[in-house]
Amino acid sequence: MKAIKKLTTGAVSAAILLGASQFASAETLRLLTWGGYAPDEVIAQFKAETGIDVEVTKSNNEDMISKLRATGGSGFDLAQPSQDRISGAQAEFDIYKPIDLSKIDNSLFIDSMLEATKNTTMFDGDVYGVPHIWGTSGLVLDTKMAASVKDYADLCSADVAGKVSYRLKRPTLIGFAFSMGLDPFAAYGDTAKYQDIINQVTDKLISCKANVKTYWSGGDALMNLLRSGEATAAMAWDTGGWKLNKELPNVTFVAPTSGALGWIDTFVLPRKTKAEDAAYKWINFVMQPKIASMITNVAGNFTASKGGDVEVDPELQKRFKASFSQADIDNIKWYPTVPAGLETMEGKALDRINAAK
Amino acid sequence: MNSSQTRLTLILLLSPFLLWLGLLVIIPHIDMFFLSIREKVAPRTYETSLANYAEFFTEPFYWNTLARTAFMSILATVLTLIIAFPVAYYIAKMLRGKTKSILFLLCLLPFWVSELVRTFGWMILLRETGVISSSLQWLGLIDGPIEFLYNDVTVMMGLIYTSMLFMVVPLVSTLDSLDDSLIEAGYDLGGSKLSILKEIVIPHSMPGIISGCIVVFMLTLGNYLTPILLGGKSSMWFTGQIYTQFITRFNWELGAAFCFLLLIVSSTIVWLGLKLSGQTLASTVAKS
Repeated sequence: MKAIKKLTTGAVSAAILLGASQFASAETLRLLTWGGYAPDEVIAQFKAETGIDVEVTKSNNEDMISKLRATGGSGFDLAQPSQDRISGAQAEFDIYKPIDLSKIDNSLFIDSMLEATKNTTMFDGDVYGVPHIWGTSGLVLDTKMAASVKDYADLCSADVAGKVSYRLKRPTLIGFAFSMGLDPFAAYGDTAKYQDIINQVTDKLISCKANVKTYWSGGDALMNLLRSGEATAAMAWDTGGWKLNKELPNVTFVAPTSGALGWIDTFVLPRKTKAEDAAYKWINFVMQPKIASMITNVAGNFTASKGGDVEVDPELQKRFKASFSQADIDNIKWYPTVPAGLETMEGKALDRINAAK
Repeated sequence: MNSSQTRLTLILLLSPFLLWLGLLVIIPHIDMFFLSIREKVAPRTYETSLANYAEFFTEPFYWNTLARTAFMSILATVLTLIIAFPVAYYIAKMLRGKTKSILFLLCLLPFWVSELVRTFGWMILLRETGVISSSLQWLGLIDGPIEFLYNDVTVMMGLIYTSMLFMVVPLVSTLDSLDDSLIEAGYDLGGSKLSILKEIVIPHSMPGIISGCIVVFMLTLGNYLTPILLGGKSSMWFTGQIYTQFITRFNWELGAAFCFLLLIVSSTIVWLGLKLSGQTLASTVAKS
């Protein structure tokens, strides 16, 4: 078994090396991130200042963890999973490397956010993540056609039958649990209680299935559904709603009454990163207020950079304010760290919903 | 050429195939097998057990999905055969020369673009605001938009469309080899159209039918794109389940067990099909 594994990894890494050696002329930072987090002009400016090339691979939380798990943490030099998916994944798969906080310019970060992320990404006494971009997920609605929808649970009402779309992923389970008056985050430590919550949500989502047009998986697919009017109510990220709002004044992001779900995407080092210095340089570079504003203007979400909203497009600020009152901001439910093992329970629930008629 | 030279030639000729078989088929499968008999008991600790296979049999929605996938694949294979046989017969027996090649080429044409592009093409045609729905409304045949996507019929149609070529090609080649004079002799002896089809054409083309069916069945059972994209929320396809276990659930152990179950089911069904039709692998797939 061991010998076989060695043989396969040997063969695979030989193939990868062959492919990589053609590109590795100058110093390169291989960044595993989300769409919009590394805009071309930022990459160009970084190259001009440091001479380092940035190679971007667009991904999502599950995909990042799967990719790093498959290679044991190699293949990328810097990754950007959400803060709640770090210590659990580290406990299970050992794919990350602790961050050396002395190499990070702390003064660039909003203090409260840096502290919170340090705490949630702590594993065995080491810090694994620093914050980059934050945002929320909630409802993206056609406010005329789906005026009755105020909360996630309203997506199951007859008013929007056949016009609903959401993802079959864990945020959907969590959001529905909150709107059903349950508190899944409080039950994170209690497996039996959490299973009970998941079971209730599963029943709800199975009975709700007839209302769903289709489950979306990529942002573009969702945009098309809302743009064409085939879906009028969806569960999605705030930026998706604001992007559509530019084209369609009726469609926008609405914070659900039970609270939008808040996430922070971070910087983490894969365990076998090959360009650690370049990674720290990139982190300190993009957290500068001016660069952070540029990224916000492309990604649509605000950053953890102190003063990072100085040069943000006023239109975006306006959209943000229209979606979030102060009360809505106070009501944001921030994802606490996911304990190892919870995702197995959620996975089974999602499989059950997917297989239901 | 002496015997050592012959052996060297044989080794050189075989080595790409053996490397491919060993590195990309056998070794990954052995690794996958060991993965499938591993159970996670705590973070980073694993034990050898059959828990993953037990999970499959105790959770009805997993084996329901596999049974449904197998049944739909068999149905798709039969329907493809029924549709492809007349097409292949027409191309092989009724046409001559240029028209024959043109028609054959027309069958090939859709396969010049990738499956993904073809499937997105179907989605543009069939979605609620798509081409077919809006043309029907424009013609006044229907009042409101119709959603053609995300149901079993659409998935079935997509599967048949994707597999047509793989049925037509082996059928044309076996029907081509059928001597016309045998059919004429059948008529001379007073056979009806039906009896000639039953006694001469079908028995002769049996190897083509079986090899086409095996290829189509395997392709359909292992298809991922078509059922997932056209089926949407009601797709329930087993390969989708495997993908989910590996990529979004981080449950490689269960995913690996599913891979083996799929392999066992598909091999069994092909074996049963060969037994029932009295053919062997050598007489069908190897021949056409």
